Amino acid sequence: MKKLLTAAAGIALASALSMSAVAADKLKVGFIYIGPPGDHGWTYQHDQGRLAIDARLGDQVETVFVENVPEGPDAERTITRLARQGAGLIFTTSFGYMDPTLKVAAKFPDVKFEHATGYKRTDNVSTYSSRFYEGRYVIGQIAAKTSQSGLAGYIGSFPIPEVVRGINSFLLGAQSVNPDFKLKVVWVNSWFDPGREADAAKVLISQGADIITQHTDSTAAVQVAEEQGVNAFGQASDMEAFAPNALLTSIIDNWADYYIARTQAVLDGTWVSTDTFGGMDDNMVNMGPFVNMPADVKAMAEATTAAITAGELHPFAGPVYKQDGSLAAAEGEVVDLGTLLGMDWYVQGVDDKL
Amino acid sequence: MSAYEAIILTIITASTPLLLAAIGELVVERSGVLNLGIEGMMVMGAVCGFAAAHVSGSAWLGVIAAVMGGVAMSLLFALLTQTLITNQVATGLAITMLGLGLSGLIGSDFVGLPGVKLANVSIPWLTELPYVGRLVFGQDPLVYVSIGLTVGVAYGLKHTRWGLIIRAVGQSHSSAHALGYRVIAVRYACIAFGGATSGLAGGYLSLVYTPQWIENMTAGRGWIALALVVFSTWLPGRLAAGAYLFGGVWILGLYAQAMGLGIPSQLLSSLPYVATILALVVISTNRRLSVINTPASLGQGFVPDR
Repeated sequence: MKKLLTAAAGIALASALSMSAVAADKLKVGFIYIGPPGDHGWTYQHDQGRLAIDARLGDQVETVFVENVPEGPDAERTITRLARQGAGLIFTTSFGYMDPTLKVAAKFPDVKFEHATGYKRTDNVSTYSSRFYEGRYVIGQIAAKTSQSGLAGYIGSFPIPEVVRGINSFLLGAQSVNPDFKLKVVWVNSWFDPGREADAAKVLISQGADIITQHTDSTAAVQVAEEQGVNAFGQASDMEAFAPNALLTSIIDNWADYYIARTQAVLDGTWVSTDTFGGMDDNMVNMGPFVNMPADVKAMAEATTAAITAGELHPFAGPVYKQDGSLAAAEGEVVDLGTLLGMDWYVQGVDDKL
Repeated sequence: MSAYEAIILTIITASTPLLLAAIGELVVERSGVLNLGIEGMMVMGAVCGFAAAHVSGSAWLGVIAAVMGGVAMSLLFALLTQTLITNQVATGLAITMLGLGLSGLIGSDFVGLPGVKLANVSIPWLTELPYVGRLVFGQDPLVYVSIGLTVGVAYGLKHTRWGLIIRAVGQSHSSAHALGYRVIAVRYACIAFGGATSGLAGGYLSLVYTPQWIENMTAGRGWIALALVVFSTWLPGRLAAGAYLFGGVWILGLYAQAMGLGIPSQLLSSLPYVATILALVVISTNRRLSVINTPASLGQGFVPDR
């Protein structure tokens, strides 16, 4: 009897060992999310990227995620926990995770970290972001072509460079079609508050805007546009289901290719710390289907998208004038990357002050 | 629709969920119970309302489900704080967290689906009246419900026997008990009423305000409603004024931005809170008034000595 027990224990132990050996062979990839994957915006797209890793590399990789992690001390604790649990690669997907990521990375030199939209790097911390403004230029052109009133409304979250850059790019695109095009901006000082986003959309529409676009995370604004019979654009994710008649197109963040490539690099042992600022050319910024617009507008939008993808057109190509009338980039020049990344001024034509 | 009509309509839509959630909490606090779980009850109301409306296609069934969702959460709160005498502050916070998590779970299948909007009231002739028709006779039904509830609570608390019992229980539960009133039963009823209006407020968000389900879509409105109750010194009339003041300042701030007046948006965003604080200061200078209406046994558990 005793012998039998020992044998059974031995088998159990052996199988446990072999199980853990299999688990250890799999690379564990962790994700930290600022919101719920169900936001149908920012976090949703990151989660789509995670699922793409599962689909492509599922036999070699295991993914885990933690949602609704506040920026700050909680983030450090959560990232540390993921690293302790044996994650070999961790994606932290919001700007405010920057310092927590660096702190944890210093304690776990063998774990690779990827921080979205940040600017601080070390040997085991990479950064990555997207040139969302390229898509903004395209939708600006569409807005100027389809608007009757010549006035668009823009719902902003926080006046940080990333958002200001999008506003400027949108208006530059619009002015390339209609030089007199005007833009009203309303800030809601939140990334995510559907009610307030809806209020802001209503206010802008009652002020004469017949195109609504937004740099906030929910789908509320496009729904108000649908209800009130004006046009709108989707942000971060394809929002056509929410406004089948109002939506013209969406700017879609595509993290899947990047996530798969970086995971593959860790598997191959070729991962090095880099900075990636991807756009249409490397498939990180995509445009949704162009719908609810005449054929000539659609053709123009497709041509502009192709030109930006091919590198023939830069949204911030000169001449670019600041709101105060001074020249930011002369004819033949392009606003340089440093200025773009720290953008704190409006271009001419924005009916708002920073 | 003229500009001023648009402004007033937007203000009313922004204020109504605050008023709905706050009027119930006012009754709860008048009975001596502090329920910090408004946010959790609201968000459960929002998800239940959306789910029922989406599945059945009827917005009114959604409204009923929203009320029931809020009541279910409030009865859990009542069971814990009144029967098991747990700490009310901690339990309320737990209800908020539970509500946010549970609603996300229930709602995970409803994210990204089109909602059903509760239709506005339309009365032939009256709604078409120039200037006032749309404002007085053309709102969504829940606006009239919120105003009716406010008037009803104001009258009920002051002029009915039931109102007197609720206030007695809130002022001194031992005395009310000694007089033969069933303190815990009264509080159960008040908590359930608070849950119903909070659920309705959540339903307002997912059926009228932005007809869709998004996780955490209440975005802190429960806490504002809680502050409004204190702001109003537990008086329904002031509560309504406070809710409309808050909504009004917020919407006018957006208009000020859209008109390009050049006022910093951060300042405009903080104005509703600044206005609320200023009003609180002014009210608290009248010491007599604020002391008179504060329920004396607010937040204390009641254990009858047998």
